[in-house]
Amino acid sequence: MNTCLHIGLGFPFSNLLIFTFSNLNSMFKKILIANRGEIALRVIRTCKEMGIKTVAVYSTADKDSLHVRFADEAVCIGKAASSDSYLNIPHIMAAAEITNADGIHPGYGFLAENARFAEICGEHNIKFIGPTPDQIRSMGDKITAKETMIKAGVPVVPGGEGLLESLEEAVSLAREVGYPVILKATAGGGGKGMRVVWSEEEMEKNYNTAKAEAGTSFKNDGIYMEKFVEEPRHIEIQVAGDRYGKVCHLSERDCSIQRRHQKLVEESPSPFMTPELRQRMGDAAIKAASAIGYESVGTIEFLVDKHRNFYFMEMNTRIQVEHCVTEEVTNFDLIKEQIKIAQGEAISGLNYEPQMHAIECRINAEDPYNDFRPSPGKITTLHQPGGHGIRIDSHVYAGYVIPPYYDSMIAKIIAVARTREEAINTMSRALSEYVIEGVKTTIPFHQQLMKNEDFIKGNFNTKFLETFKMV
Amino acid sequence: MINKSNIGEVTIEEKGFKLTIKQKEEPVQNVIAAPVHTPMMTAMPQVAAAQPAAQATAPAADKKAADAVPDNFITIKSPMIGTFYRSSAPGKPAFVEIGDDVTPGKAVCIIEAMKLFNEIESEVKGRIVKVLVEDASPVEYDQPLFLVEPA
Repeated sequence: MNTCLHIGLGFPFSNLLIFTFSNLNSMFKKILIANRGEIALRVIRTCKEMGIKTVAVYSTADKDSLHVRFADEAVCIGKAASSDSYLNIPHIMAAAEITNADGIHPGYGFLAENARFAEICGEHNIKFIGPTPDQIRSMGDKITAKETMIKAGVPVVPGGEGLLESLEEAVSLAREVGYPVILKATAGGGGKGMRVVWSEEEMEKNYNTAKAEAGTSFKNDGIYMEKFVEEPRHIEIQVAGDRYGKVCHLSERDCSIQRRHQKLVEESPSPFMTPELRQRMGDAAIKAASAIGYESVGTIEFLVDKHRNFYFMEMNTRIQVEHCVTEEVTNFDLIKEQIKIAQGEAISGLNYEPQMHAIECRINAEDPYNDFRPSPGKITTLHQPGGHGIRIDSHVYAGYVIPPYYDSMIAKIIAVARTREEAINTMSRALSEYVIEGVKTTIPFHQQLMKNEDFIKGNFNTKFLETFKMV
Repeated sequence: MINKSNIGEVTIEEKGFKLTIKQKEEPVQNVIAAPVHTPMMTAMPQVAAAQPAAQATAPAADKKAADAVPDNFITIKSPMIGTFYRSSAPGKPAFVEIGDDVTPGKAVCIIEAMKLFNEIESEVKGRIVKVLVEDASPVEYDQPLFLVEPA
């Protein structure tokens, strides 16, 4: 119950902190987990270790889900569709009320970054285990976030201040920023309304098509411009802040292996990292979180170019899917730290570097041989790997029916070793014993990736999977 | 008191009436801690003495209800999460009792959530055969509240 995040060198920092005894009445007795699947299970596990009672909420489609069985209490909160259940704020609040929960953990996705939900929890005297509504808001709006970062002295992707009013403005801005530039739809996502422009000759054509595409895809043809970061790697920094103003970082995760902007593999340390870059990025991440007085755990995402220049992309004001990677290399339970911070405990303020090498593969119920088409259905056989250096976070079991209503991730497998080479080797070995039958999974994809020469060399960026072919 | 014991069924026969109390079965997974309030009504509203008519006309059906629910019976399920109340206020009579007829639109109970009281209306036409939830206990989405024999 003392300080969190004190370094595992045997130093009893806990005895030095004056905040230690003041918070007995803000300790949680019962936490409702407003989520499902593996993250719900993850939170329940830590709550059990902390002696905190748990309430699971579930839709009618998740009646047989593992998180429902592992929790102390469970409340059905609606029909299968997320909008009727996991996104239904009144239903979730009613469940918290009838079970007398004093805390709500939102997990990731769903309502985790919904400022209004965080506000409503506060209005009902239920502690939202995460940052404040204002902190969520300030990072939720990309333009505000960028302005806040510029003011804080955090490097951002150079670009224009707002929407492009005309082709002439686009041309003159591009001259300032320097080619190549990227045009992006302000209402956009999924790559629509995005065009990379390599030179002034190409600007007019791309400006017009980007606007047209944005208009048809999002009913909003507003576009803005940023410098196009060449061969970018996605490297993010895990941070933690307490309510007393202290912020620290727990180093990086490299999440460059992405397909259509969805992460598939994450690792720490990044094969591209140097001690000097880690120091600069860590400092920038702390500046970013401190600029909004961030309280809870969170992640600052950066794009890093081939020259090791890094640029703020966005901040995720929640626990992330890939938090396990950091847990394994720094040896902290980040959910526990998150709960302790929410209980009003102070962090040590120290930063933490990776002590091991960890790689996480996200196993999705998708067919990698057919364009990763989703494959819900019943798991008929399941055998999970084990052995030294393997961790599996998963909510599925033999006989479980994967519902079609939610995302396709069914497990996270993490390999931990002293070197990257050994971690890849352990992962390969474990994947070869991982048996999931009845549905298609991305296990074969990860097996091939672990044997890919460029991946093994650490030679990849976010474009990597565009040219990767399943054999 | 009955709820805390493990008694499944009790039958008491005295002059003039026969009382049968059946414990509802709660699925273990969905145990919800009952909120600590004073119950709004007397302890066993669903076993009021005016049962003999129902019992006399269909004793076999009632006995069967304890063992197996006839296929055509309809369950009125909770459309929301909250606390279930049999009547509109403490001391007021219950909206429905066993044996009462219901039609679509007739209020059968109140479910309260976050200080808002919601009247729950029947969507079916028939007769209340069983009340499946204790007064003032928490209910979840889709939880069976009443068993109705359709008309």
